[in-house]
Amino acid sequence: MAQVIFDGVTKRFDDVVAVDDLSLKVADGELLVLLGPSGCGKTTALRMVAGLETLSGGTISIGERVVNDVEPKNRDVAMVFQSYALYPHLSVRRNIEFPLRQRQIEKSERQRLVAEAAETLGLDSLLDRKPAQLSGGQRQRVALARAIVRSPQVFLMDEPLSNLDATLRVQTRADIVTMQQRLSTTTLYVTHDQVEAMTMGDRIAVMNTGVLQQVAPPQTLYEEPANTFVAGFIGSPGMNLLTGRAEGAGASVTVSGGSIALPERLRRAAATLTGATVGVRPESLAIGPDGSVGATVSIVELLGAEVHVITRTDDGTRVVVRQEVGRPRPRIGERVRISTIGDALTLFDPDTGQRIAAIP
Amino acid sequence: MSSVQVAGRHTSARAREALFAYLLLLPALAVFAVFVFYPFAENFKLALYENPPFPGLPSHYVGLHQVSHVLTSTAFSQSLVSTIFFVLMVVPIGLFAGLALAVAAHRRLRGIAVYRLIFSSSIVSSIAVAAVIFGTLMDPVVGLLPWLGINPHPALLENPTWALPAIAVISIWQFLGLSFIIMSAGLQSVPDEILEAAAIDGASAWTRFWRVTVPLLSPTLFFALVVGSIFAFQSFGAIDILIGPQNAAFEHVNVLIYYIYQALQVQSDPGLAAVLSIVLFLITLTLTAAQLRFLERRVTYAR
Repeated sequence: MAQVIFDGVTKRFDDVVAVDDLSLKVADGELLVLLGPSGCGKTTALRMVAGLETLSGGTISIGERVVNDVEPKNRDVAMVFQSYALYPHLSVRRNIEFPLRQRQIEKSERQRLVAEAAETLGLDSLLDRKPAQLSGGQRQRVALARAIVRSPQVFLMDEPLSNLDATLRVQTRADIVTMQQRLSTTTLYVTHDQVEAMTMGDRIAVMNTGVLQQVAPPQTLYEEPANTFVAGFIGSPGMNLLTGRAEGAGASVTVSGGSIALPERLRRAAATLTGATVGVRPESLAIGPDGSVGATVSIVELLGAEVHVITRTDDGTRVVVRQEVGRPRPRIGERVRISTIGDALTLFDPDTGQRIAAIP
Repeated sequence: MSSVQVAGRHTSARAREALFAYLLLLPALAVFAVFVFYPFAENFKLALYENPPFPGLPSHYVGLHQVSHVLTSTAFSQSLVSTIFFVLMVVPIGLFAGLALAVAAHRRLRGIAVYRLIFSSSIVSSIAVAAVIFGTLMDPVVGLLPWLGINPHPALLENPTWALPAIAVISIWQFLGLSFIIMSAGLQSVPDEILEAAAIDGASAWTRFWRVTVPLLSPTLFFALVVGSIFAFQSFGAIDILIGPQNAAFEHVNVLIYYIYQALQVQSDPGLAAVLSIVLFLITLTLTAAQLRFLERRVTYAR
């Protein structure tokens, strides 16, 4: 058990900066999710903790120890790969036992630990099979068993659920969370799936183009995204971003011919701006005759309990409205008027993309 | 009634298709028949006929007598022993040297492609050229050995003890290119992630190689073993160019393939050559069959 600290970590591959000056602290026993689109540097960051990539700058510490020059085998971390990376020539038992054998743990102790790990992950009846004889979900459980069997200080998980089908993914997701809470082992979990991140992480670190965007608990990330990237990336669909002019000493923002009234708490901050980007979640929008912003419906997606109405405003901005399935549904091509519900609005600087905090 | 007609039409359509297929196969079959199947069958016939004592007389049928005569002869057993020694020198050393070079060239280093080219170059080198170069290097006067202060007597290529290993060195060098290419291809197919997982699991580079890479490479190793053995059983060029029947060490270097050639061309004894050919054929057949069986049974390493 240990904390993991990234201090100014940079990784360059020739001319490409994969990870740019990353500073991040993973608390002891925490499950921190590294989230971002493909190529954002999250996997590289994870591989640097494992020792599979060298650092171009900065330091990584595990516990009290700086591990920059420590061999992977001496870092006391365990990694779970997207492709499972099981040893295909060894039985399930021997796969799980592999890390113990490398540490010269005696036979009776090995057998006890393997049996324990196998029981935790429900692999008891599969111990004598080869990986090729297992399903994807079973293979992933073997990979997890191999990781937990030697009680490492840190778990590193690189998109462990991406190769599983949707049902199995939801189930395994819950299994990993339960397992992690029981063992309370510090875990770094990489994914590009924001639903996975939101449901699993104690905290989420969002990365884009090698730069850390925001680190926060899931709900904070959802409600107070640090910038327009996080706002658009978190949530499914993401936050709508409408850029316009601040008017009336911050009372409203004029967007595409319509006007969005700002709540009391944002007015003093908005008064200092000329241009402003208003961020509003799809569930905080409604279509109705008294809406102020005009738009044209381009797609209507029916998702069972709810409907996503995807529209385009007159200035070309894509706006998604989430509504209950019972409400009247607009047709494709129909002109609608959109209004905001409640005061859950977020304000961003349109030039920097950063969130503008309310001035009390 | 109509269904019968349909079935009949169906059959005739299939028959026409089959006929067309054989028609397309015909040119290839004709070439194979003339240059492979007929000589192959003729070889078995030759083994049953004994050569006349003087040229010009008709050869006569002796049945299996000639076969047993050849197989029990000292010359044959000596040739077989030389061949086995030769294969045992060439194949293991060729395999391990090829694997070692492949591992060395597998790393992503700048300019590694040049080394890959050099390591695989022996596969396209002419054996005649290679034999002359090695022959010069092994020459007792102008060669490399006297320069190193090593002067075996008799000279290396005429020495009953050292002539066969000297020829083996040339064959190893020649096999190295192919061995390197096969091993390189095999290494490419070992997933990086499995080796990375092993590194994190605590395995040293040495353990990773022996416990992960080599087992995953076993189909490749076996393939290279079979190809290498067939290659070694058929090493002819260097012996013909550097040794020849007049050499003092000849009977120690007279491997099966050379014995066949020598029986036919020097002793003018087609019967003897035919029996020896059959032995070599059976050895090669066994090796190939073993490989096919292995490939059939080998585990599919699905990731």
